[in-house]
Amino acid sequence: MSRVIVFVENFDGQVNPTSWEALGLGSTLAKQWGVPLTALVFGKNATAIAEDAAQYGADHVVVCEDATLATYRLEPYAALIAKLVKDHAPKLVLGVGTSMGRELLATVAAETESGLMTEVSDVVAEGDKLVITRPAYSGKVLMKVSATTATAFLVIRARAFKPNEKDTSRKADVAAVGAVLAEGDITTKVESFTPEANKVNLSDAGIIVSAGRGIANNPANPPAGVADATVWKAQNGFETIVQPLADVLGAAVGASRAAVDAGYISYDHQVGQTGKSVNPDLYIAAGISGAIQHQAGMRNSKMIVAINKDGDAPIFKMARYGVVGDLYEILPALTEALKKKLGK
Amino acid sequence: MHIVTFTRSTPDTTAKVEVNGKGEVSWGDAATVVNPWDEYSLEEAIVQAKNTGGKATVIAVGAELHNESLKHSIAMGLDAAVRVWDAGIDATDSLQWSTAAAAAVQKLGDVGLVIFGKESVDVGTDQHIYQTARKLGWTMLGYVSKILEIDEANKTIKVEKMLEGGKQVLTATLPAVISVMKGINEPRYPSFIGIRKASKAEIPVWSVADLNVVLPAKSTELAGYSNLPAQEVITEMIDGASAQEKAEKLVEKLLEAKVL
Repeated sequence: MSRVIVFVENFDGQVNPTSWEALGLGSTLAKQWGVPLTALVFGKNATAIAEDAAQYGADHVVVCEDATLATYRLEPYAALIAKLVKDHAPKLVLGVGTSMGRELLATVAAETESGLMTEVSDVVAEGDKLVITRPAYSGKVLMKVSATTATAFLVIRARAFKPNEKDTSRKADVAAVGAVLAEGDITTKVESFTPEANKVNLSDAGIIVSAGRGIANNPANPPAGVADATVWKAQNGFETIVQPLADVLGAAVGASRAAVDAGYISYDHQVGQTGKSVNPDLYIAAGISGAIQHQAGMRNSKMIVAINKDGDAPIFKMARYGVVGDLYEILPALTEALKKKLGK
Repeated sequence: MHIVTFTRSTPDTTAKVEVNGKGEVSWGDAATVVNPWDEYSLEEAIVQAKNTGGKATVIAVGAELHNESLKHSIAMGLDAAVRVWDAGIDATDSLQWSTAAAAAVQKLGDVGLVIFGKESVDVGTDQHIYQTARKLGWTMLGYVSKILEIDEANKTIKVEKMLEGGKQVLTATLPAVISVMKGINEPRYPSFIGIRKASKAEIPVWSVADLNVVLPAKSTELAGYSNLPAQEVITEMIDGASAQEKAEKLVEKLLEAKVL
């Protein structure tokens, strides 16, 4: 039967909350088309997560808790989704734009010869056809695309669509299925996993505090024996000035390419053309001039605040609020003012 | 081991990219460069070919524009370059693109590893990477931050992979397709000898007929490009006698706007 399928992303028993946004979009389209909405949940805690999926809008949930799917691997996950897509011939398959969602839906779309559109920020249904909007050329222009195949695959951007209100009275039919591949057929083995504790994911963040080259102008002096005083000053600035502000706001820490390339902070914090593209409610750019490469990654922020010593920095043109000043004075003052106001 | 990597020419990262009156994407007089993510995959292909005593071939699927990035690749030290192009390929359709790419790898015959850069900045996606692996029927390892070991005798590869929540170490069987992250290596600059070699290189072009493959029907249809909606931001500068005063005023504004 024709339907909408949403792959609910579960990593070691933790659901990626953007999956609820995918279910929100999926339930809107399923209602419009008058078809059921099926959620797929694999791996640890799948049966428990299935109840949440129902509360967020799924009519049916397919779970698989086979041992081969306990820890995420592309092959067994893709094989099972491909089988379910072939069995059900859905109109639409939805997923989220993490490393998992991107590789998984692309693989299954290739297997089933279906049209795939990623980084989707808007969807308009024209009858059976979906016209989607996505960024191209690093977010410098937009493109509109639609699938010409019977099943369309969409990978949505985080924070682009609203989840349904959680309805605790809602239940779904839950069906357990087996895996498609046996362990012996799978060519990849997970040797180890090292989690990064307390990492705030930039893509999901509601607030981001970013710093650029200006973070190196730290008045603090490095201890004796430090190899590179500038790098020490910048790293110390991220730890003692940027992180405390992020902590008060519950924000993620971002950085410009200049700061990453200079070794001030690790690459996974980079916002911009060769880093992450983000769309938080609030983006605070401190000591970032606002090069076009950086703008490409953060221009979709709902509100931008710029803090820079140079009143002519291009970042001020994009900012709703601007403060001209030394970030080493402004950020700690901001942290204090927020603590006072927010009662922390 | 024979290692293949893919590249393409994309507008310079500092270029202003716009949609012109005809609805085409234009970057004015700005130069094209090697897709920034491919700097890392090209370097990794050179390094791994050397480590395994093999060779490295670079392929571009696309129009003549992409010869520039192939020449840059040869100048960096890639052993051979091939361009795949045919009026029948719609390069914006990832299924057609990956079918042609996979067929080109098959035509080379003895390839053990395909290395991609994490994504292409022009089309803004990485889907063609995973789909090429699927079309080849090879193991796919995405977001690789380190190749820990290639064991040719046992046909295995061990890598470190970046996930949102941490790092995974995986082993997989070869042949495989991997995509590599920024920071996996320090890409080299082309050498003088390399640039001379590149300037003389004749790059063969393989058509769909040469690849002996049937392309799938188009799976997507481009409805058009548009410029970003103009953002009408009225910037309000926050003044004050001290950092504390500026900070307090800013917090008031943020609370009023309900963004906290």
